[in-house]
Amino acid sequence: MGDEVEKENTGHARELEISFGSHLGYLDLVQELSDKISLLVGFDEDARYWIGLSVRESVTNAVHHGNELDEEKKVGVRFESWPDRLVIYVQDEGEGFEESDVPNALDPENLLKPSGRGIFYVRSFMDEVCYEILPEGGCEMRMEKRLNNQKQGDGNEN
Amino acid sequence: MKIESRSVNGVTILDIHGKITMGEGSRGIRDKVRESLDGGVKNILLNLGDVSYIDSAGIGELVSSFTTVTNQGGQLKLLKLTEKLEQLLAITKLTTVFDFFDDEAEAVGSFS
Repeated sequence: MGDEVEKENTGHARELEISFGSHLGYLDLVQELSDKISLLVGFDEDARYWIGLSVRESVTNAVHHGNELDEEKKVGVRFESWPDRLVIYVQDEGEGFEESDVPNALDPENLLKPSGRGIFYVRSFMDEVCYEILPEGGCEMRMEKRLNNQKQGDGNEN
Repeated sequence: MKIESRSVNGVTILDIHGKITMGEGSRGIRDKVRESLDGGVKNILLNLGDVSYIDSAGIGELVSSFTTVTNQGGQLKLLKLTEKLEQLLAITKLTTVFDFFDDEAEAVGSFS
């Protein structure tokens, strides 16, 4: 984690980490975990819904695009609960992607495409989203939601 | 996800129940839409009032169904959006694409 994150760490974090083979059948389980942990941090119902959706979209991407549905490849999800925020890491064994290669879901030529909205939704509902290609291989997505900034579906801040 | 099909005044209404997500196999909607088109009914109303959850794959399924119907010269409209679904559509500007209604009779009457 970078210096900016380190200096904001007040109190202590509770961590929960799970790892599973790349199967879409785990989506509901991960989303339920997200809902429970978001509740413990203190997020309201709307925020919990959008955090859960963001986690679901991120894990779907990891399973589907990162690990290409190869059940031998693992997806890791780590929840860090801080007194003032929730940080979620989603890791896969894929090669990652360039953010600039992700089409803008709002461009008129993309409006009627059947796919390409997942990451857009995550960026809309979470306060911070970043990606990292890991030195040991794989890709990790980090997303953060702050308790005092429960934006709920306005989707304009990126 | 469960889909029931009925016909009202020449409009196929698909009542969709449950989750429309990647994990649930969201393609069912497209298949039902194709069945209606193959049967010669090109005006289709998707009743989403009993949809408990939808993700980006589900939104993609709605879009895909819309383009399929439009390309065949038909119309696909939406009925009874939940608050969350309307937010997801609005964020991605899809409320400018879809016609949507709260009242079934009004929706059925809107097809030209």
